Amino acid sequence: MSARDGPTVLRVEHLTMRFGGLVAVDDLGFDVKRGAITALIGPNGAGKTTVFNCITGFYKPTEGRIALARGDPAVWRGLESLTDSGKRGLVARDGALFLLERMPDYLVAQQARVARTFQNIRLFAGMTVLENLLVAQHNALMLASGYTVLGLLGLPLYAFAERTALDKAQGWLDRFGLIERADDPAGVLPYGAQRRLEIARAMCTDPVLLCLDEPAAGLNPHESAALNELLLVIRDECDISILLIEHDMSVVMNISDHVVVLDYGVKIADGAPEAVRNDPKVIAAYLGVPDKDVAEAEAQVGL
Amino acid sequence: MRAGATGARATAFDALGDAARTALITFGLLLPLIGFQTVTNIRDELVLTTRWPLLAVFVAIAAAGRFVYSFALAPWFAQRALRPAQAAPVWRDNLRKWFVPFAIAFVLAYPTIAIAAAGLRGAGKWIDNFGIQILIYVMLGWGLNIVVGLAGLLDLGYVAFYAVGAYSYALLAKTFGLAFWILLPLAGILASFWGILLGFPVLRLRGDYLAIVTLAFGEIIRLVLINWVALTNGYAGISGIPRPTFFGIPFNAGDNGFAAVFGLENLPVYRLTFFYYIILTLAFITCLVTMRLRRLPIGRAWEALREDEIACRSLGINTTNTKLTAFAMGAMFAGFAGSFFAARLTFISPESFTFLESATILSIVVLGGMGSQIGVALAAILLIGGTEIMRQLDFLKQIFGSTFDPTQYRMLLVGLAMVLMMIWRPRGLITTRTPSVFLKERKSIAVDLVKEGRG
Repeated sequence: MSARDGPTVLRVEHLTMRFGGLVAVDDLGFDVKRGAITALIGPNGAGKTTVFNCITGFYKPTEGRIALARGDPAVWRGLESLTDSGKRGLVARDGALFLLERMPDYLVAQQARVARTFQNIRLFAGMTVLENLLVAQHNALMLASGYTVLGLLGLPLYAFAERTALDKAQGWLDRFGLIERADDPAGVLPYGAQRRLEIARAMCTDPVLLCLDEPAAGLNPHESAALNELLLVIRDECDISILLIEHDMSVVMNISDHVVVLDYGVKIADGAPEAVRNDPKVIAAYLGVPDKDVAEAEAQVGL
Repeated sequence: MRAGATGARATAFDALGDAARTALITFGLLLPLIGFQTVTNIRDELVLTTRWPLLAVFVAIAAAGRFVYSFALAPWFAQRALRPAQAAPVWRDNLRKWFVPFAIAFVLAYPTIAIAAAGLRGAGKWIDNFGIQILIYVMLGWGLNIVVGLAGLLDLGYVAFYAVGAYSYALLAKTFGLAFWILLPLAGILASFWGILLGFPVLRLRGDYLAIVTLAFGEIIRLVLINWVALTNGYAGISGIPRPTFFGIPFNAGDNGFAAVFGLENLPVYRLTFFYYIILTLAFITCLVTMRLRRLPIGRAWEALREDEIACRSLGINTTNTKLTAFAMGAMFAGFAGSFFAARLTFISPESFTFLESATILSIVVLGGMGSQIGVALAAILLIGGTEIMRQLDFLKQIFGSTFDPTQYRMLLVGLAMVLMMIWRPRGLITTRTPSVFLKERKSIAVDLVKEGRG
């Protein structure tokens, strides 16, 4: 697969996150291209989920800039002036640019349209599959219900909006093979279906960037292959960029266009999957090195 | 046959042993509580007396109850558990279908039924003590249900908003002479304003911490009402609060009074019936609004918040605003109920807004099954109606002697009911959640999937 060289959708620069004395992420920088699947990999504790939490606004990074653009790539030209202005984002006629490190988590999802899933699935277990997808469309529906006032009066505008929302939810349920379970509580779905539902729910927010935290964790090879198909479909049909954390190498190597490797919070490799796979630093980080090469390897990774 | 007989004898012996053990435990527990009593004698000395017969009665009741349970009920339960699960019988489906229309028809006709049964003079007690009193708590329960049941925010100071509503009505009506129907929405708005005011600082807190701070808030309001004598008249309370009128016709004995205008005998029952329908309407409005809100995005966001707050934020829901609206909505209905309360009694004092009230309302919500409208209504009938029934049981005095006061035992019975509920229905009377929207079929959701919320 040719590396996709579309315009950049997300640019992470000098991202550093410290928890007390622990440096979880150290001066990390990478780009996510539009319509590409970028994988963030690394051994356990490398800081991958911390990067995710910084991007989606759940953590405030200690240092660094995380910029997201949508629409016309020309908006990138406003990056420096936006940074200096102290504002959160700028919305132009045919595009928008946001500085995610300045936004609270819900605005990252609502305005910058970054959707995410969680490593340990977070569904609304006591609500039905369909309700889960409607909650994801909360902001659009809230607007249509006139911030509840018009909806309370039973105006047709809201009924129409709800119909549209249901259609959209049904569309995603169809695509993810969950339509039969639409009226079941999310908590009773099998594990693999819960993983898919979480992605479907994230897709219902109309994201520009979809962040998946270990989507294939706990899936069998068959389910994992089906997930690969699904992610490729999302990338190609919906023009959505995907950033994913993954341990399953079959997923990473088969579908990602770009791989970023983290180890102890430091980026050790960045490039196409084939190149990363053969990178000696990556191999050392994952598999370790023979005893006699330790000193040499440490020198190589800069320890 | 022989084996069966031996088995039965063995069970009987086991049950007797069980009963003996229970008797022993009861004796140990109740010996200091009931067996001994301190009384002041004529010379003003405190002396210890004993009440052996009463103690014996209690021990006997406990032992007999345990024997019946171990000998008859426990085997029956065990056998029933062995039987394969069957589909719900037809009567249960019919009950489900007809319960709500029947209940609505009953509450609409209740004053008529009471008058038919007890006569014009006797019906007042039934309409007031049972009808109005229960409906106030049903309404409060439904209001708190928004906060606790739907949004999952544990609020122990709900009575504060009830007090705000009551004092708003009382003070504004007495100072400015405004009518009930103008002040009712105003009291609701003021109460919801206080709800938002409370909401802001406590939104960072979760679970137990939230509960403690709301509890403190309830106490603060009460203490302010006690100590700000210039405004609230302190402990003495506010009396002479005007009552709502029937389209401008007051309920009094005067020539322009309700009775005179309609040519009726001047009896309180007409006023009480009118009040009954006011609170019934208010309660219905609360219920309808809540049911409607559940189907709107805000209601779904409340429930989603109860299920998982972090997931809500990842979906772009402003959890701060969502929690604030829940607080404000719940408080508003408490404000309505409060102003009705003040208008009904024409006298309010801080005594009516103690923590016990908050606890009662919360028990109604928890007992009913969190989030369930019907459950909350049933629980209010059970708790408040049960308490009122205890007041009516004067015939018990003939059994236990004239010093026996059944109302003194009502908290004991409420406690007992709570313990039994925790054993049999730990998640409340109604243990299913109805989805707010469905594609093909509305399947109710077992409550063990539904989270209780941690604030």
